Amino acid sequence: MAQATSPPEAPEVIDEARARRYSSDAAGLGRLRAGAFVAPALALIAVFLVFPALWVLYLGLTNYRLTGTAAAEPKLVGFDNFVKAVSDPAFWNSTWLTVQFVLGSAVIGQVVLGFTIAWLMRDRTGPLKRAVEGLVILAWILPSAVVSFLWVALLDRDGGTLQALLHLPGFAPLLDHPMLSIVVFNTWRGAAFSMMLYGAALGNVPPSHLESARLAGASGWQQLRDVVFPHIRGHILTNLLLISLWTFNDFTPFMLTAGGPDGQTEVLAVHVYKVALLGQELGYGAAVSTVILLINLVVAVFYLRLLRSKK
Amino acid sequence: MTRFVLGRIGFYTLIAVLLAFFTIPLLWLAAAPFTSDPTYEVRVPDFTLDNFTAILEHPYALPSLLNSLVLAVGTALLVVLFAALAAYALSRVRLPGRDALLYALLLLSSIITGTAAMVPLFQLAVELNLIDSQLGLILILSGGLLPAAIFMLKDFMDSTPKSYEESARVFGASPLQIVRHVVVPLVRPGLATIAVWAVANVWGNFLMPYLLLSDVEKQPAAVIMYTLYTEGGQANLTLLSTFGLLYSVPVVLMYLFVSKKYGFRFHGGIKR
Amino acid sequence: MAAIELRGLTKVYPGGVKALDSLDLAIPDGEFFALLGPSGCGKTTLLRTIAGLETATGGAVVIGDRDVTGVQPGARDIAMVFQDYALFPHMDVTDNIAYPLRIKKVGKADRQRKALEVGTRLGLDQLMDRRPGQLSGGQQQRVALARVMATQAKAFLFDEPLSNLDARLRLEARTFLKKLQRELGVTTVFVTHDQAEALAMADRMAVMEAGHIRQIGTPAEVFQRPANTFVAAFIGSTPMNLLDGTVRGDTLEVAGCKVPVPVSAEGLLVDGERIVYGVRPEYNTYSAEPAEGSLGGKVAIVENLGASHLVTLEVGDVLVQAVVPEGDEPELGVDGFATPRRDRALVYRDGELVSA
Ligand SMILES: Nc1ncnc2c1ncn2[C@@H]1O[C@H](COP(=O)(O)OP(=O)(O)OP(=O)(O)O)[C@@H](O)[C@H]1O
Ligand SMILES: [Mg+2]
Repeated sequence: MAQATSPPEAPEVIDEARARRYSSDAAGLGRLRAGAFVAPALALIAVFLVFPALWVLYLGLTNYRLTGTAAAEPKLVGFDNFVKAVSDPAFWNSTWLTVQFVLGSAVIGQVVLGFTIAWLMRDRTGPLKRAVEGLVILAWILPSAVVSFLWVALLDRDGGTLQALLHLPGFAPLLDHPMLSIVVFNTWRGAAFSMMLYGAALGNVPPSHLESARLAGASGWQQLRDVVFPHIRGHILTNLLLISLWTFNDFTPFMLTAGGPDGQTEVLAVHVYKVALLGQELGYGAAVSTVILLINLVVAVFYLRLLRSKK
Repeated sequence: MTRFVLGRIGFYTLIAVLLAFFTIPLLWLAAAPFTSDPTYEVRVPDFTLDNFTAILEHPYALPSLLNSLVLAVGTALLVVLFAALAAYALSRVRLPGRDALLYALLLLSSIITGTAAMVPLFQLAVELNLIDSQLGLILILSGGLLPAAIFMLKDFMDSTPKSYEESARVFGASPLQIVRHVVVPLVRPGLATIAVWAVANVWGNFLMPYLLLSDVEKQPAAVIMYTLYTEGGQANLTLLSTFGLLYSVPVVLMYLFVSKKYGFRFHGGIKR
Repeated sequence: MAAIELRGLTKVYPGGVKALDSLDLAIPDGEFFALLGPSGCGKTTLLRTIAGLETATGGAVVIGDRDVTGVQPGARDIAMVFQDYALFPHMDVTDNIAYPLRIKKVGKADRQRKALEVGTRLGLDQLMDRRPGQLSGGQQQRVALARVMATQAKAFLFDEPLSNLDARLRLEARTFLKKLQRELGVTTVFVTHDQAEALAMADRMAVMEAGHIRQIGTPAEVFQRPANTFVAAFIGSTPMNLLDGTVRGDTLEVAGCKVPVPVSAEGLLVDGERIVYGVRPEYNTYSAEPAEGSLGGKVAIVENLGASHLVTLEVGDVLVQAVVPEGDEPELGVDGFATPRRDRALVYRDGELVSA
């Protein structure tokens, strides 16, 4: 074996710049190339996501319209649009309808239904579980234009399937109970997400905890209350925030009722579409959009807080 | 004992009600396409295939499916490519402001929805001459999907050990060789997931094409479907039933494929 | 083949952790060199800095006669085996072994032949079509070795290559690796936190603590004459007895007993100074009767080591351990005496070994 070779003449003080000439990340990418990798995505996001959001804030302060003089030279009108919104009963009507829609279909409908299915199916395997879950998921993945029409057909007043099943001639839920209709529809449509989330959460409840509760003689309800809920509390909150956000921004009711009859299902998402794009009052529409953005922001920040505190 | 029997009966009654609730609205889609002269009411089909000729005769039905495909594939390619590049760089290189950027992306993707941004997006499309442009729509849809895609892919890449890349690097592979030989094969399941997610999202999206494509020849199936049942007198149920079925089948196949192949179930944030 | 030399090597991680602190080390050509130290002392960092996967904050890395401090890892002519082997899961064994050649643009036929040749040498010829996921831990380790052998590198760097193997396989792999390194004669730096591994395999070894090297030497030197109390306490399957004491003329007063000055410290001590007296339990002779220069106390604990027993004596208020052959172990609570071997005991002053 060779003895220590005489060391080559190397500079005693090393040149710091030279030592840092190459990058030390796993692939040797370096910041420059990494920047180039990130740039295209950021450019698209900036132009088609961030910029519109900022612009909506600006538009809300103008009297912009699609046609007419205000289209050529929009003027800043300050908070007029917001004042107009706040004093417009149609806006408050839409807000109230949205609250009903979110509370009814997401917070109550999807959560309760999703949890119930997950709970009923928790220890099962085999065809029954697959059939139930498959149908619930099918309702969720089908295109919204298709399911909307399916519900139109189901609830139709001359010869819809529901009417035939119930033998109620003249029964027209979309006309007589439009809000209830879209609430039931959205519960049906979205229960899959809650079902899967709670299914996963229930799978994480240690069986030993449930067993010891059962050994102690706890009833089904007591097991739920004392063992299951404490374990999945975090999941419930996550689920509530996410589906509230999605339902709040959901445009699908439009495809069932187009906001009607008589504005009875004109939730905020549909309201914006009607005033801004049909009524062409872009400035006023943008003001309502700003309100939607702010509500989204509050919910999202709350949700991210929650995610962070979990880590 | 009686309590047990009652419990069983209760359980199966509940299951039956649930099954009925979820099945009845879907029955029409299964039966009507194969029933002669379908009505709104579900009837036992006589298994005719004649209804499908209605689609061939309709001038916009089949082209709209093609339009949907173009939009979905175009957006998926763009999203996968851009998100993969960005996620890889963000996962492996300590770029200044990286954490803030990721946080902002996550926040943005959840607050700027189609609903909140429809007014300025419409405006932007008018200004940039992107109304009635499929490319424009693809860009807009990609912009909306990218933040979530980057986030999911970065998570995926973070959980892929760096030692593979480092090992290749010690052997002398260049960064691009490393990406081609090592990274892409390793994260392929993640890329496929994002691609499927993007396709599913665009395939079902109604609002954006409804706002931005007024030329009926460019409209995707979602818009044509809506037009078919809202516009003009008596809806053509023969056409609606078969068209709805054809439009739905790819989504179902994709779901089955993905859940078979990756054991993957649509999870949080996967769909709005 | 090449020697490796580190000069004043310093690595500060972003965030301020100083993982290597102005470290000097020379590893001659062809040597099998082990790096040993407690978790977090900077072994992996040192290896990765030599490889170039971490950029040095200060100092220089010289491989052969080339200063490679600013050179890309791929251009340093070294090969590295990672702790998890980092075999590409999407390539079969042949492609994995041939990967370095693929990077060097060797033709497909040539590199497959070479891969088979190296694989055969390591007994992998039946496994060439398998994916890493279909191999056992020991087989994966050999594929990783084959892959570095295929590179014709000037030096090999191993980061705990045996730690993923179970105890039996580890012994086999240890012998195999040592034999292979002998045959190839490639300079090898080997990180481990298993001292038995280092003692068994290395030509020379370094013991590290918190970014510093505390001792360099052959395994025998490091085991028999730890240069400081850190190494003394770290090396050995049972830790060395380190007892406070005072020099009293030509004897030492340790734990209230009188012991002779060890051979290694003869003539180097000053009367009255405070020292630490060190002796390995293996070099303590146990007896039931007092002997010349013995430490006497009560037997507090007896632990079974297999072929021998570790006896702990309470001497005053300190504990002294001795290794007792099978069959000679005492009862608990009886009086016992441990007599250090004068030619093996050591004296530390201010934490450093006193020796000529
Ligand atoms: N990427 C990094 N960023 C910041 N600090 C790091 C990084 N990698 C290691 N460190 C820190 O540097 C020190 C040395 O770490 P290193 O991994 O070299 O230890 P080690 O001797 O290999 O330990 P082990 O035996 O546990 O593998 C530790 O304090 C560690 O926390
Ligand atoms: Mg380590």
